[in-house]
Amino acid sequence: MKVIVAEEFFVTEEKKEVKKKRKKKKVSSESDIIVLDHVSKSYESGSPALDDISLRIKKGEFVFIVGDSGSGKSTMIKLLLRELKATEGNIRVLGYDLNRIRHRKIPQFRRNIGIVFQDFRLLKDRNVYENVAFAQRIVQTPTKLMKKNVPAVLASVGLAGKYKAKPKQLSGGEQQRVALARALVNEPTLLLCDEPTGNLDPKNSWEIMNMLDEINKSGTTILVVTHNKEIVNEMKKRVITLKKGVIISDEEEGAYIDED
Amino acid sequence: MRISTLFYTIRQGFRNIFRNKMYSLASVATITACLFLFGVIYAIVMNLQNMVHTAEEGVSVTVFFQEDTSEERIKEIGDLLVKRVEVSKVVYVSADEAWESFKEDYLGEYADGFTENPLEGSQNYEIYLSDVSMQNSLVTYLQSIPEVRKVNQSQVTADTLTGLNSLIGYISVGIVVILLGVSIFLISNTVTIGINVRREEITIMKYIGATDFFVRSPFVIEGIIIGLVGAAIPLGIIYFVYNNVVDYVLNRFSILTSLLDFLPVSVIFDTLLPVSLGIGVGIGFIGSFVTVRKHLRV
Ligand SMILES: Nc1ncnc2c1ncn2[C@@H]1O[C@H](COP(=O)(O)OP(=O)(O)OP(=O)(O)O)[C@@H](O)[C@H]1O
Ligand SMILES: [Mg+2]
Repeated sequence: MKVIVAEEFFVTEEKKEVKKKRKKKKVSSESDIIVLDHVSKSYESGSPALDDISLRIKKGEFVFIVGDSGSGKSTMIKLLLRELKATEGNIRVLGYDLNRIRHRKIPQFRRNIGIVFQDFRLLKDRNVYENVAFAQRIVQTPTKLMKKNVPAVLASVGLAGKYKAKPKQLSGGEQQRVALARALVNEPTLLLCDEPTGNLDPKNSWEIMNMLDEINKSGTTILVVTHNKEIVNEMKKRVITLKKGVIISDEEEGAYIDED
Repeated sequence: MRISTLFYTIRQGFRNIFRNKMYSLASVATITACLFLFGVIYAIVMNLQNMVHTAEEGVSVTVFFQEDTSEERIKEIGDLLVKRVEVSKVVYVSADEAWESFKEDYLGEYADGFTENPLEGSQNYEIYLSDVSMQNSLVTYLQSIPEVRKVNQSQVTADTLTGLNSLIGYISVGIVVILLGVSIFLISNTVTIGINVRREEITIMKYIGATDFFVRSPFVIEGIIIGLVGAAIPLGIIYFVYNNVVDYVLNRFSILTSLLDFLPVSVIFDTLLPVSLGIGVGIGFIGSFVTVRKHLRV
């Protein structure tokens, strides 16, 4: 009798395991990595920064977000990172419901996302190696793995010989590569870039964009906010155009819409 | 938490300290000052209490009995006295012993002329108290025993000692509490500055997915290290200076040597060491933890 009970117990436990796995799989195989459903965001003052935005971005896509200054691009990035909460509507990113996510789950959520800013945001008192290792320490990567991963990712962005340099000893392009290496070292599923080439000359801008394209080809979903018309027009990616917080165009192989 | 993460966190704690050296130094200096004062007060209080205690042990109440009281009755009363809480020791002094001691103290060789004991009936109890403050209640009790003829007590000594004891206690507690408050305030300031200096780094850490615990820990470690250093310095100073001071006092006031009975430094440190370290770490922890909670809504 006892044996049977025990067996039953194990069977139900197994079933639960299977169910769990299925549930997990469902989340990670969800083809829409980003889902915005009638999302609005208002700051305390003035008209809404984003107004009734709906969009879907699939796994593996490369998407440009363009629009005038103040059209709400950075606000959208902040919503996707759950740095800000939507005033209205639902946001799902990587299967997480960002309206409902618990505060202590947010770090876990963000570990799937890499982020690159216009102003690099490197730690000025630490060298190139430490700036990248920093990201691995935060997610508590074992030291042994870290010592393999950091040089590898630095090599992949073309900074192999510069481990010991401090940020201010590097050019803007090099600094942005360090920032990119830092964003990539934890192998994110989704990479968010807010004007990554905003402070760079055309040559460096192209180099960064080409790297992003390569990264995208290896499977990472990429969202790039940019003002760089030439690059957007040449790369023939999906382009979402914002104006005063509203999507005015969303096209595959789109072009930079210039109103003036 | 991984060991490597722990080491990293501790390194960051040290980095914070060196990042704003001036404030860290100010905090360490304040805690050092506080715990130095605390240590000095503690050493003084301990020694005074020790001296007071020695003096207390010497305080005795003497009871004399009516001349017609029988030996048995006196013994009975002695047994009753021993059982009372305020009494630590009862010594019976027979009439002969009283006479012997009187002779020794006052008469010397002139005592030979006495063939009989002139102090017949002066047998008494010397009662030693466990706590001087209870002397009055004991005296009242003794006077209520019909066979008791006379009670001798040392009123002045008893009251003074009791008063001195609690006064020292109150003053030292007061000073220490104020100093601890100041220390916590300064640590809190140091940590706040550390947090502000590192705002940008904290923002980036949060973007990358650092847990609240990971973000906060270096600051708490910073506070604890400051507290530890601030406790270690005064302990070191007191340890090495204590004996010199004791020697100096004993030489300077050599007449009082019999009265001044100093405790060895090891006895002082039995308590002072763990308490100081505990207070140092405690205020370091509380000061930084509360500040981190307040300023780091991560
Ligand atoms: N923290 C804030 N508080 C109040 N209003 C804000 C805040 N951040 C942004 N806004 C407003 O929200 C609107 C959208 O700002 P957002 O930063 O998203 O624009 P953007 O598209 O990124 O512009 P840019 O191209 O200049 O970076 C603007 O009108 C801006 O003034
Ligand atoms: Mg912006």
